[in-house]
Amino acid sequence: MIPAAFAYARPTTVDEALQAIADGGEDVKVLAGGQSLIPVMRLRLAAPETVVDLTRVAELRGVREEGDVLVVGAMTTHSDVLADPLLAQYGQLLVQATETVADRQVRHRGTFGGALAHADPAGDLPAVALALDAEFVLVGPSGRRTVPASEFFVDYLTTALEEGELLVEIRLPKLGSEWGVRYEKFNRVAQAWSIVAVAAAVRREGGRIAEARIGLTNMGSTPLRATATEAALLGADVSLEAVTAAAALAADGTSPSSDLNAQADYRQHLARVLTRRALSAATGL
Amino acid sequence: MTQINVRVDGTSYSDDVEPRTLLVHYLREGLGKVGTVVGCDTSNCGACTVHLDGEAVKSCTVLAVQADGGTVTTIEGIADGGTLHPMQKAFHEMHGLQCGFCTPGMIMASIDLVGDNPDPSDDEVREGIEGNLCRCTGYQNIVRAVQQAAAEMRGTGTASAPAEAVARA
Amino acid sequence: MTAVEDPTSTTAPEAPANQVGQARLRKEDARLITGATTWTDNMVLPGMLHLSVLRSPVAHARISHLDVSAAQQRPNVVAVYTGQDFAEEQGSIPCAWPVTADMVNPGHPSVAVDQVNHVGEAVAVVVARSRSAAADALEAIDIDYESLPVVLDMEEAVQEGADLVHSHTSSNTSYHFVFDAGEAGTGADTDQAFADAEVTVSRRFVQQRLIPAFMEPRSVVVQPQGDNFTMWSATQIPHVLRVMLAMVTGIPEHKLRVIAPDVGGGFGGKLQVCPEEVLALLIARRLGKPVKWTETRSESLMAAHHGRDQVQFIDVAADREGNLKGLRVRLLAGMGAYLRLITPGVPALGAFMFPGIYKFPAYRFECDGVFTNKVPTDAYRGAGRPEATFAIERIMDELAVELGMDPLELRRKNWINAEEFPFTTVAGLEYDSGDYGAATDQALELVGYDELRAEQQRRRESNDPVQLGIGFSTFTEMCGLAPSRVLGSLSYGAGGWESASIRMLPTGKVEVVTGSTPHGQGHETAWSQIVADQLGVPFEDVEVLHGDTAISPRGMDTYGSRSLVVGGTAVVKAAEKVVAKARRIAAHLLEASEDDLEFTGGTFSVKGTPGTGVGIQEVALAVFAAHNYPEGIEPSIDAEATFDPVNFSFPHGTHICAMEVDTDTGFVKIRKYACVDDVGTIVNPMIVEGQMHGGLAQGISQALYEEAIYDAEGNLTTGTFVDYLLPSAADLPHFDTGNTVHPAPGNPLGAKGVGEAGCIASTPAVVNAALDAVRHLGVTDIRMPLTPERVWRAIHTGGDGGDRATAGTNAYGGASTESTAGVSTDASSLGGDR
Repeated sequence: MIPAAFAYARPTTVDEALQAIADGGEDVKVLAGGQSLIPVMRLRLAAPETVVDLTRVAELRGVREEGDVLVVGAMTTHSDVLADPLLAQYGQLLVQATETVADRQVRHRGTFGGALAHADPAGDLPAVALALDAEFVLVGPSGRRTVPASEFFVDYLTTALEEGELLVEIRLPKLGSEWGVRYEKFNRVAQAWSIVAVAAAVRREGGRIAEARIGLTNMGSTPLRATATEAALLGADVSLEAVTAAAALAADGTSPSSDLNAQADYRQHLARVLTRRALSAATGL
Repeated sequence: MTQINVRVDGTSYSDDVEPRTLLVHYLREGLGKVGTVVGCDTSNCGACTVHLDGEAVKSCTVLAVQADGGTVTTIEGIADGGTLHPMQKAFHEMHGLQCGFCTPGMIMASIDLVGDNPDPSDDEVREGIEGNLCRCTGYQNIVRAVQQAAAEMRGTGTASAPAEAVARA
Repeated sequence: MTAVEDPTSTTAPEAPANQVGQARLRKEDARLITGATTWTDNMVLPGMLHLSVLRSPVAHARISHLDVSAAQQRPNVVAVYTGQDFAEEQGSIPCAWPVTADMVNPGHPSVAVDQVNHVGEAVAVVVARSRSAAADALEAIDIDYESLPVVLDMEEAVQEGADLVHSHTSSNTSYHFVFDAGEAGTGADTDQAFADAEVTVSRRFVQQRLIPAFMEPRSVVVQPQGDNFTMWSATQIPHVLRVMLAMVTGIPEHKLRVIAPDVGGGFGGKLQVCPEEVLALLIARRLGKPVKWTETRSESLMAAHHGRDQVQFIDVAADREGNLKGLRVRLLAGMGAYLRLITPGVPALGAFMFPGIYKFPAYRFECDGVFTNKVPTDAYRGAGRPEATFAIERIMDELAVELGMDPLELRRKNWINAEEFPFTTVAGLEYDSGDYGAATDQALELVGYDELRAEQQRRRESNDPVQLGIGFSTFTEMCGLAPSRVLGSLSYGAGGWESASIRMLPTGKVEVVTGSTPHGQGHETAWSQIVADQLGVPFEDVEVLHGDTAISPRGMDTYGSRSLVVGGTAVVKAAEKVVAKARRIAAHLLEASEDDLEFTGGTFSVKGTPGTGVGIQEVALAVFAAHNYPEGIEPSIDAEATFDPVNFSFPHGTHICAMEVDTDTGFVKIRKYACVDDVGTIVNPMIVEGQMHGGLAQGISQALYEEAIYDAEGNLTTGTFVDYLLPSAADLPHFDTGNTVHPAPGNPLGAKGVGEAGCIASTPAVVNAALDAVRHLGVTDIRMPLTPERVWRAIHTGGDGGDRATAGTNAYGGASTESTAGVSTDASSLGGDR
């Protein structure tokens, strides 16, 4: 199938991009890597008036460090993420999750920022951003603002991005060697979206868990934190018993959808099992 | 219409295209590069895989205008004159194709994989071509082909004898 | 024949003989690996117009309003047609298999006239200068539907008073087909056998709907030239298609040429006379311009025919020692909304195979063909036989459990022994040759059976969350379709013969014309091997022509594992005629008596005087010149042959699957898969192995991944490859394959057929393996495909895992749950990247 006709803009700077969005009419779509948008347009589930293509906005691509923070440009591709030395050292949770995204070809084009802005609850990266309390830097006609991950994901395919705004970078805390991480993904065939996945990062001090951050993929209309599990782990022994008991709370408060891959109760069961596995791996059990 | 300049399989082209034109449709209908095919509309099957600026992409999920100024290599551009690319040769020798519809994309994805991982294990090949669907072969001979081509591309000769099947006959 | 297996000379290109049995690399590959292919969609003709089809987004409705005038006004739109425009000339998609005399065939318009009966049914066609203009104009068509009750569930559809798919019929049952061995005189009374039985086991199995999902989407191009028409189509059956199109459209058969160029897979899915083929022909005729239609993948999934779709009720009777006493099968077979080419015949093909390899004294089969508001079913790899094999191989395991016997022991006790061939089964078929024990013993060794059983034991004892199971399938299938007289007795509308001709060119090169049209099987290579041996010419000197009714005028095409068995034999017969004709000329040239000539290695020579002969390729030149040939014969050594088999062939094999089941999540993973198949004499072991691999992948995929799901309104939820799951390389195991060879006695090649074997055999082995892993946890059945959720539910809450939710996944903003017929929604994605 062929997309419906649209006007096309290819800015090279963020300012040009904002202008192009402002000039684009009623229905503007921002094209990042296009690996979800173009199929949606081919199926004519979306027929924007204007497409603003960010692939030539060089300032949006790349990873840098600012003290304890990693700053990932929104147009950094999944392949860039997998090859980046800073992320290899401080961003293993993101790297692990990115490895599971779709396939090589899609990872060559698809971008971190695009995946987050798309906010597909079955996408792998939103839960990672949420688990890490990432900050989302947005720029728009009225300037620049920073939105915490907990406020960025609003609903199914819906974010805090206002009309005319762009996601330009994502700020992630560096996770040093005191952190253990694991992205545990469950799907039926290799290239598919997650049925459920769990992003876990655990900081150990001595034999105890000092901090746990757990993000859940596809357990609701937005990515979620397994807050009850996180709380139960705080100060707990690093033991299979403690991890198992805490993981049993992973689905508390969730109301996942039912579809042909999983009904809601099974998703909740998977969340508990995968959380246990992710925590066991992250804590080296 | 938007003007694009793109180099495809060693030839430079200049064309006006509608922004909505997919790269694969530009290749097929604009340039007659019909060796690259379309197998789905959700970027699952990988039959349309080409290299854009050296990376494997699904050309049904890239707009032609996005290739402006870029270099595209298709299945029609990888042989060196009359000499097949080692990946083409290996697909032939290992019987890595039957109907052949997925083959151009499969070969282009496999070349990209071996570029990153010159000596992939069985599992690494299988994971590496997860974005390409084949309905005929069950993949086993494709895996053998990729490993043989990888060996040849490393310069260590063939990985295993192609006549394995003969011995069993 | 000269065929012997000689593995030593694989790479000797000039080897004049002994090609059969060698793993010759494929001739087809040269164009396929370089992109130099001629797929139908590659065709471009001057002035060619593009078709785009508007498809119904509702499953059952009357068309209350249809206005195409706005679409007609769109730029670059040449015409827009509806069912009303073709009501008088489109006729019905043909059904060639009226399985019973009173079968109800409601007729199948190519484009709906006033009522739609399934989602995806064509309701209008746009003809435009470009593909995109045609697609755009679909959105301007104004159409309203008046809903009718939707019939989806077969068991409900056959109830008294059920809503009807076709209001002019009296029920949703198209036909009731019965085979009773007692009545046919091939077995004892089945009811009596069950009445007397010590043990009976009854099960209900569901054969889910599958989608053939060939990789090349369907495509058709029609070029009108005066009152002649040439059609290129991505079809398995150019010959059958030509006959059928002539009958449907009234275009005289001799004015119609059908070409299947390179075709990218079919698996039965392109064994069809497609509505879009009929429409393309009618529109080209009306406009006098060439037209092209190529489907999108989502169109293909919703509108090309599906396969399987049966509810199976199966009962088996035995004594306490495990001797089988009787078998009873009742099927509800889903037809979908209409009958296409062999829709009703698919279950009938399976009717005779439910007894499998076992010696049942009594057997009764009944089948109701049931209409539903879904796309029609038809052939899909195996067509009827995978369904039968699944049911019998599954219930053999259930009976073994009931009797407390080892499943393999029960099979050994009841299967046909090697010395009993040929064996006439309770279904009246004569199985030709084989040795089930030999294949089984070899397969056990190949899989490492004892070791796997020991590991299974260890995992059970340690209560490992990952349990291991081992499943068997000892199967046979009916191949080499088909003896024409048998087809006639089953009311099929055509024969099962195949045609071949051989043309000897002046330079000694050979053109082989086959009526069996390939779409990935490697006919060009295998036929070259056969002819090289028969004529003693180099493999490279043979060119195989096919797939064009003007070049290969007679043929029955490719399906049912028939090509080598029937078509290959026709080639042998034609070659024998060539040699016989050449012998007369050679005798004349050598001034010898025909009886004194011997023919070896392509050369005729006088017995006892080696080195003094004339080659068959030289004879070809002599005949071309025609200066010197015997009186009373024609100067040609070309020949044609038609082979009509007298029996089917019966490949068999033993398949063993070892399966890991994660009892925490329900995820299943094949640990090991080994099979030993007897497909008769092997012409090309490389191709045979490839066919096995591909068949295994599809059979395993039925067990684990694939299912066409409709929601309560009749929308196809699995409408893209996001939700209709095909396995990638990462999802399938390595296969260990082997062969035993018992040549088929029914053809001179000794071949039995291999195209469907892996697909037929593997599905029950996989499901039996999963059940073997968790049976000790109380699981007795899991419905296919074995989704993790179903497996988990079967373990933790009993039952067979139940129905899946019918909502599509949210991928791409719920793409798969929406009709793709030009609908635009406001999925608010912002440049998403998965």
